[in-house]
Amino acid sequence: MKIRISYIITLLSLLVFTYFYRKDGTVATSVVYTAIQFALPLALAAMVGVMCERTGVVNIGIEGTMLLSAFTSFFIGAIVKNTYVGLIVGVLTGLIMGLLLAVMAVSWKMDQIIAGVIINILAAGLTSFLYRQNYSIPSTLSPIDLPIIASWPIIGPILSFHGPITYFGIIFIIGLWIALYRTPWGLRSRAVGEYPSSADTAGVSVIKLRYINVAIAGAIGGLAGTYLALEAVGIFERGFTAGKGFTALAIMIFGRWNPMGAFGAALFFGLAQATTNQLMIDEVVHIPQQFINMLPYVLTILILAISAGKVRPPAAEGIPYEKEKT
Amino acid sequence: MSSLLSVENITKRFGSVTANDNISLEVKAGEIVALLGENGAGKSTLVKAIFGLVKPDSGTIKIKGGVLAPGDTARAIASGVGMVHQHFQLVPVMTVTENLILGDEPTRGGFVQLKRAREEVARISEKYGLAIDPDATIEDLPVGMAQRVEILKALRRDVSLLILDEPTAVLTPQETDELLEVLKNLAKSGVGILFITHKLREVMAVADRIVVLRNGKMAGSTTPHESSESGLAQMMVGREVVLQVDKSEAKAGSVALEVNEMHVRDDRKLESVKGISFQVRAGEILGIAGVEGNGQRELVEAICGMRNRESGTVSVKGRELPNLNPKSAHESGVSHIPEDREKHGLVSTYSISDNLVLNRFDHVPFARGWIRNHNEVDSNGTKLVDEFDIRTPSPNLPAGSLSGGNKQKVVVARELSQNLDVVVAAQPTRGVDVGSIEFIHNQLIAARDRGTAVLLVSAELDEILSLSDRIAVIYGGKIVATVDAKNADRNQIGRMMAGLSA
Repeated sequence: MKIRISYIITLLSLLVFTYFYRKDGTVATSVVYTAIQFALPLALAAMVGVMCERTGVVNIGIEGTMLLSAFTSFFIGAIVKNTYVGLIVGVLTGLIMGLLLAVMAVSWKMDQIIAGVIINILAAGLTSFLYRQNYSIPSTLSPIDLPIIASWPIIGPILSFHGPITYFGIIFIIGLWIALYRTPWGLRSRAVGEYPSSADTAGVSVIKLRYINVAIAGAIGGLAGTYLALEAVGIFERGFTAGKGFTALAIMIFGRWNPMGAFGAALFFGLAQATTNQLMIDEVVHIPQQFINMLPYVLTILILAISAGKVRPPAAEGIPYEKEKT
Repeated sequence: MSSLLSVENITKRFGSVTANDNISLEVKAGEIVALLGENGAGKSTLVKAIFGLVKPDSGTIKIKGGVLAPGDTARAIASGVGMVHQHFQLVPVMTVTENLILGDEPTRGGFVQLKRAREEVARISEKYGLAIDPDATIEDLPVGMAQRVEILKALRRDVSLLILDEPTAVLTPQETDELLEVLKNLAKSGVGILFITHKLREVMAVADRIVVLRNGKMAGSTTPHESSESGLAQMMVGREVVLQVDKSEAKAGSVALEVNEMHVRDDRKLESVKGISFQVRAGEILGIAGVEGNGQRELVEAICGMRNRESGTVSVKGRELPNLNPKSAHESGVSHIPEDREKHGLVSTYSISDNLVLNRFDHVPFARGWIRNHNEVDSNGTKLVDEFDIRTPSPNLPAGSLSGGNKQKVVVARELSQNLDVVVAAQPTRGVDVGSIEFIHNQLIAARDRGTAVLLVSAELDEILSLSDRIAVIYGGKIVATVDAKNADRNQIGRMMAGLSA
């Protein structure tokens, strides 16, 4: 099932690319380049979900984490007039939100959905209450020209000239994928997410591992929010993240809680959006803007409908761990 | 021999319940110590304290003379304590190898070396003569194999003390024999073994020493030579227990339950009941003997309306039961004591009283129209708790707070107190202590003497032999023989259960 869907998606993507390439090579590469930019925050946010849920903690506070991080990174960056300071503040904000979720969900054993809702409401409230107009950051994070690769045909224009968070993000996703399936940390995390007492009886601290993973995941969520504010557009508005944190959960499910699977799903999302944009610019299709804006949400619903009942979440997801249960 | 483990004055309380009250015991290297006791006697709590999963309130635990920090599993493991848990501590979706290395993974440069791990698994499994496929996924393995993985997991960590919490509760008789052999061999190689059970025969077969707990206290310590099965039972329960069921000749009446040419499929859609027919008369017990997984579960579920009958009929007193309708089966006179009490017998968050009316809460006197009558439910609860000797401070407590044996008594009380025409009892004493077993057996006999037709399905051959009036042997989804219990020969039935012709 999984293989067939991923084949279809790859085939579709290649068809899209070929369609544009036959018209104009530079358009084709710029569509893919834009797709990566659309995909990155979704992919990073999906990693937050993967890291948390693989150890058994449901995180629906990704949206709030991203929103608050985008806010702090933008305004601190604007106030001190240094984008890099903003970047650090954004990541730290995410880390703190991750720790907050860990305290509520792991230590206090709260219902994890409610813990996530608290984070979302907190972020939405704070960011609209503290929002001020007429702030701006000195510049967005500047894109990097990759040596050698930049001059390659097709690959160069697609992969080169992205911002620093994009490159870090891609490396992180690949690293997470390898770590999850090839390191002791990954094996233990997956065991904790499936059957925590098996890890506990093997001498692995369930609580500690959940704390570490949820906190790091929070920092990555912060990075995703910071990307939107400082690398992608360079502004901040109320409700800035527009549900990307929730879309990311759908992407995580579609990717079967696998970092690479989720990355692939995010790229497909990005490509769908980039393609529609390009078709609008080329005036091939005439669709009202509202329908274009609907695309991510419609895709989310479709994906969840396709995946429903066919994917199996980590077994211990959402269940607080009680050690002294007899 | 030197003392490997010494437990000194351990006390542990859960709220107002004292699970362990000043317990001391010792295990020497190469010795097999059996920890015996009824459900709720505090055996599991004690071994969990030794393994660091439970923090005792007072007392010390020493391994090879060194004191273990309370509640520190990692230290206990490092000191050479290994534990095989009652509920397997294995990740179902992972492979045997992954489960074995969890928590202590062989690595190079930060990466798990699965290949080296697999070789190691093969090496240990050969060393101890416990064959296993290192690449098999746990959820695909039969229970006996999964337990083998648990044992290997402990052995891999160089255990000097191996603790087993009711290791035979889930095993077939053959698997049990294999396990006991393995334990003997391990002890010979110098490992100290502490195992929990409430099956007296196993204790007599392998234990060097026996420690008995009762209500959280030490009830005594003995050896198989100095004691007998009935003596041990008395120590566990604190009174004399009659292990042999005392029953009179059955006075069988007319046919109450009739199953005709029934075919049923299991969860994997494979045919597991392949044309079974039998009759049970009022006032007799028909025992179905067989190794688990030969179609018993599907047979019982199909009779009670919980599973689809592909073909064939079930009738009670000549009236045919509709397919897939448990409520109608119950209303036509079928009581069901299900095999899995946690899943099908009780709602553990409901009170004991509510559980006692689970299949008639909507009938007079427990309800009038839409309104429940709590007074009746409560007085029925109080009455049955007393009659069926359910040990609880109050019938208003959730059923989940009871020990296994008492949970089973709740199910038995609910089903037998209704005096229906037919009782279908599936593994009625599984995981239940000797005191409760005696009680449940007597209740089944009493139901028979009142004129109920009892269908008893059990994997315990002894239970079948002592209760049944007639015995049907099931193998491969078919009844291979039906014999009169008076002429039954244990060995012959055992052979038929294994699929050999008598």
